[in-house]
Amino acid sequence: MLKSVQTALLGATLLGAALFSPAHAETKINALFMAQAAYSEADVRAMTEAFTKANPDISVNLEFVPYEGLHDKTVLAQGSGGGYDVVLFDVIWPAEYATNKVLTDVTDKITPEMKSGVLPGAWTTVEYDGKRYGMPWILDTKYLFYNKEILEKAGIKAPPTTWAELAEQAKTIKDKGILATPIAWSWSQAEAAICDYTTLVSAYGGSFLKDGKPAFQTGGGLDALKYMVDSYTSGVTNPNSKEFLEEDVRRLFQNGDVAFALNWTYMYNMANDPKDSKVAGKVGVVPAPGVEGKSKVSAVNGSMGLGITSTSKHADEAWKYITFMTSQATQNQYAKLSLPIWASSYDDPAVAKGQEELIAAAKVGLAAMYPRPTTPKYQELSTALQQAIQESLLGQAKPDAALETAVQNSGL
Amino acid sequence: MTNNWITTRAWFLMLPLLIVMVAIIGWPLFDTVRLSFTDAKLVGTAGNFVGFENYVRILSGPNFQRTLITTFWFAVLSVSAEMVIGVLAALLLNQQFYGRSVLRALMILPWALPTVVNATLWRLIYNPEYGALNAALTQMGIIGAYQSWLGEPGTALASLIVADCWKNFPLVALIALAALQAVPRDITAAAMVDGAGAWSRFRFVIMPYLAGPLMVALVLRTIEAFKVFDIIWVMTRGGPANSTRTLSILVYQEAFSFQRAGSGASLALIVTLLVTILAVAYAALIRKSAGVS
Repeated sequence: MLKSVQTALLGATLLGAALFSPAHAETKINALFMAQAAYSEADVRAMTEAFTKANPDISVNLEFVPYEGLHDKTVLAQGSGGGYDVVLFDVIWPAEYATNKVLTDVTDKITPEMKSGVLPGAWTTVEYDGKRYGMPWILDTKYLFYNKEILEKAGIKAPPTTWAELAEQAKTIKDKGILATPIAWSWSQAEAAICDYTTLVSAYGGSFLKDGKPAFQTGGGLDALKYMVDSYTSGVTNPNSKEFLEEDVRRLFQNGDVAFALNWTYMYNMANDPKDSKVAGKVGVVPAPGVEGKSKVSAVNGSMGLGITSTSKHADEAWKYITFMTSQATQNQYAKLSLPIWASSYDDPAVAKGQEELIAAAKVGLAAMYPRPTTPKYQELSTALQQAIQESLLGQAKPDAALETAVQNSGL
Repeated sequence: MTNNWITTRAWFLMLPLLIVMVAIIGWPLFDTVRLSFTDAKLVGTAGNFVGFENYVRILSGPNFQRTLITTFWFAVLSVSAEMVIGVLAALLLNQQFYGRSVLRALMILPWALPTVVNATLWRLIYNPEYGALNAALTQMGIIGAYQSWLGEPGTALASLIVADCWKNFPLVALIALAALQAVPRDITAAAMVDGAGAWSRFRFVIMPYLAGPLMVALVLRTIEAFKVFDIIWVMTRGGPANSTRTLSILVYQEAFSFQRAGSGASLALIVTLLVTILAVAYAALIRKSAGVS
């Protein structure tokens, strides 16, 4: 039944396409994006429309998947002989994509203007082994968001500058009976948990790998997990954080149910939109805190890039599209949910307008971005760490034992 | 006409179907078997022959045993609940009452929903902050505070089983309802006259008519439940702390997330083998209960 409907629809579409296709030859490229955090689906569609208007000989077919499906969908399409010309990729994948030849090396296509104009930190998003596999597009890290009204009610003068202070302030809010669980995190068994963990690892001065071997089970890596467990068991963290993704955290924060939340850039303007948010106008944002004697601020590199697949037959058109999407003009125009990769944009009053606080936090946070490990076996390592985090939170294992198990399961 | 000619004609008529089946089932299966003895990656390398290494590594690894147990519990509990609820629903819908045909049609709805839609719905119902289940249970005073149904290892699998039951019991009910139409009214009436109670009438008069068709439902549902993937992937992705990770999710991770096509293939074949054993055992049971040797 479903099949026949599909066939009918396909038939109708083909017929439609045949009847209404423009007279001139058109190159069709397929692009894969995500519908989660950063630019919204509507933004990407609007940008693409502007591109096709300027380039009527190219049409772009857009597809959106949740972040969780992005990697597997890209790899599967490649395994079955392609399908996408342009794919969005996370900062943690270039090592694997380059090793398995999923993406095309575009080092030679990058112009001197791009080289000098884009923030140096942004380039790490697309680099592996000295080569560049695309253009950075989403420059993002996790910031500490806070609810100004709640902090004021609790008599807290300034947002925390250390993680210990965050725990204290949350306890004050809890003890005063303002909120039962003032902090929300995205600790679901997913990559989101690793981003929160990495932020803490950077604060505690830890490292994931040393000489290619796991090093997260001691020092800063262990301290980071211990902090998560303490925050969870002491009752200042919303216990449902262990099944939250970023969007769950955003809903809770927008509803005024938490005082503190770690989340990406996109939450700032969404939580400040009175149409959807109960906390509009009360949203504060600062770089994620540091650890006394170890760091002033902390940040995870959560940037993403746009690349051309090695199976693409329209590499030139694909690059044209990527150039347009990552151009300073496009990025400045859509700077509300994701900040530009271009250095000079941060001093552009038009970009900063209405989000001065976010820009101020970004200037500090983006400079402190800490990378997740660069290894072709990243997916295995991440899966092992996700398990360690969840087992520790649930009390099934002590943090040190859980991380030791993660070392065994990491495949490194 | 000779027997020989009938056999030849039968094979001849089946030939087009057989060709298609070999092409779309036989060849991929053969290729999976070949892959399972290599260290092939999903993209890039074709892989070298490694013998039984993949099988040994998977069967002796810590993940396999745990996921097998999770899968076993999921299959046993969800299928038994579906059988019981399905038969009860069928008995109810077999009664004469006003609005019966509307209810019969409505019952199909959960089964007709795509699994992904069903899983998303249940995720919302189980939401720890805004979920309908939490609201209903606290308002009725059954639980004191909102619970994290999918975030606690103790309740995550059970919550998944409930969601799976809601979707799949209509299939069992439908099959049972069809079978109930074959029960002659005069026999149930005669049993009633003879003083048989409700249970005895069900056990000795109706059950023999239901046994065969229910066996078919049991086979279908067990095989499906053993291969479960989508509902869990959407609702928990195997979490919390891998407490709902089933065999199919392990296959997916191995083959697609970690891109080890070789060992993913061997794991998939192990699952296939387990399901085949189940199917053969059931088939034998059906033959026995139907009295055919």
